[in-house]
Amino acid sequence: MGREIKVGMADLNVCVSPDTITTLGLGSCVGIAIRDPVTKIGGLAHIMLPDSTTIRNNSNIPKFADTGIEELVKQVVRKGADRNRLVAKIAGGAQMFGFQSKSEMVRVGERNVEATKRKLAQLRIPILAEDTGKNFGRTVIFHPETGDFVIRAVGKAEYKI
Amino acid sequence: MGEISLEEMSNEYFDVLKELGNIGAGNATTALAQMMQCKVDMAVPQVRLLEFKELGETMGGEELVMAGIYLGIEGDITGSIMFLLEKLAAKHLVGKLMGMESEGEEFTEMEFSALKEVGNIITGAYLNSLSSITNLSIFPSVPDLCVDMAGAILSVPAIEFGALGDRILLIQTQFFDEMVLDGYFILIPDLESYGRILAALGITV
Repeated sequence: MGREIKVGMADLNVCVSPDTITTLGLGSCVGIAIRDPVTKIGGLAHIMLPDSTTIRNNSNIPKFADTGIEELVKQVVRKGADRNRLVAKIAGGAQMFGFQSKSEMVRVGERNVEATKRKLAQLRIPILAEDTGKNFGRTVIFHPETGDFVIRAVGKAEYKI
Repeated sequence: MGEISLEEMSNEYFDVLKELGNIGAGNATTALAQMMQCKVDMAVPQVRLLEFKELGETMGGEELVMAGIYLGIEGDITGSIMFLLEKLAAKHLVGKLMGMESEGEEFTEMEFSALKEVGNIITGAYLNSLSSITNLSIFPSVPDLCVDMAGAILSVPAIEFGALGDRILLIQTQFFDEMVLDGYFILIPDLESYGRILAALGITV
């Protein structure tokens, strides 16, 4: 068994098999796991907001879908992954409350998912599976060995995508 | 009026927000005692400015199941407020309020709406004190309740703070009746509202 690397909110890290990488309690944030299936080098980002360009204070790279995914790709490639073999799985982007007060914050989970997909498409990284939206929190554990993205939620049996 | 950044907030502003937190939580405790018709004590609230990644750990882990009550606020101060309580503490409170022991792991529909009401009263008391100190009008919206992992609930205020900076202002209040109940307030005023709160208290920005 390898180590389990923990990624916090607005954070990212790389992970090489047999290690696994996890982020706990994703709500409206999105967890993006990418992996090179040959070298089994991967990584996980936990982004909070869709777009760094609309926010003045945007120096925190892993906080945004656009800059966070770019940085994640850069780091896994630096670790030895092949840029052209990368594949992705994504989870999160829930709407935790029926309403969210500020208009710009409405549907932020959904917008995080859209921005994530847009960025991955732009980087030509295919999304193999997703478990997004709905109204519950998710803990995710990514296994770069198999590509399994294990998801844990309150009151549900653990499942993988 | 210049723009305030939470990152650059001086000690003076921070102290003011701390004091507002103290008074607000005190008021909320009184409201809680009245509602439960018993004595409720409160420890001095702790006010902290935390990084996002520290947030979950502070509350006992991102996966700890909590009840979060979330309201929008409008008026002179706009933004939102959240009150969080650990699930077991929430069950205890609701059981007491309804005069019966709560059974099972999950909340019944009745307990769910009672809990919503508890959150409404607590946050209402908190906002009332903020309103009377600053002389600013504050109108809370209808509350919404979510029982889930702490990290997932906290992602909502964290994202709102995240649009402004990289840290979040957390007010931790400990209530005691027969057991210790850890409650957390997160007040999320818009940036302009911060300025308005401080100006209303005679602090020039």
